[in-house]
Amino acid sequence: MTWALDVTGVAALALGCFVALSGAVGILRFPDFYTRIHAAGKNDSLAQILFSIGLIAQTIHYPALGSGAAVRLVLVMMFIFITSPVATHAVTRAAWLDGVKPWRPHE
Amino acid sequence: MNLHAANLAAGGVLLFAMALILARAFRGPTLYDRILAVNVLGTKAAILIALIGFLQKRPEFIDISLVYAIINFVSTIAILRLIEFRRLT
Repeated sequence: MTWALDVTGVAALALGCFVALSGAVGILRFPDFYTRIHAAGKNDSLAQILFSIGLIAQTIHYPALGSGAAVRLVLVMMFIFITSPVATHAVTRAAWLDGVKPWRPHE
Repeated sequence: MNLHAANLAAGGVLLFAMALILARAFRGPTLYDRILAVNVLGTKAAILIALIGFLQKRPEFIDISLVYAIINFVSTIAILRLIEFRRLT
């Protein structure tokens, strides 16, 4: 049972690494602010959820804390899950009201 | 299953992603590119703190991770209000 939990945790960690890396490459390479914030907001939110799931699966190896570590990790995950999209929306709205223009491909 | 090696690899990849985003924070032609990069860096740092806690066999670092997640969110909203209203209050 512990082995199955370990495999799930490492798989979630690996998937979270892949999503985070793809988001970082997207932030670096996209041509415009609005496309970059697509990459940043979505990939970042998903990556932190996968990382947190991977870490929660590892808390079974620390029996001295009971379930405290897992509960706190769920708390961190829910907080970032709720506030990171709000911050993304606020940044995009501020940029739109300030007049940042979307990118058009030049023919 | 060597969990320590898996955590180390995940931490290395996360650090590399943070370096790429830092490049955007330096380059970004508009102001909002930089705010975006700092926000994402804050979220990744909060996860990295929890990961380092597991690397050192001390999962008590999760509390610090929660505090930094809160600080990051409030800082992003505060800097946006400063830019929009030219005042903090």
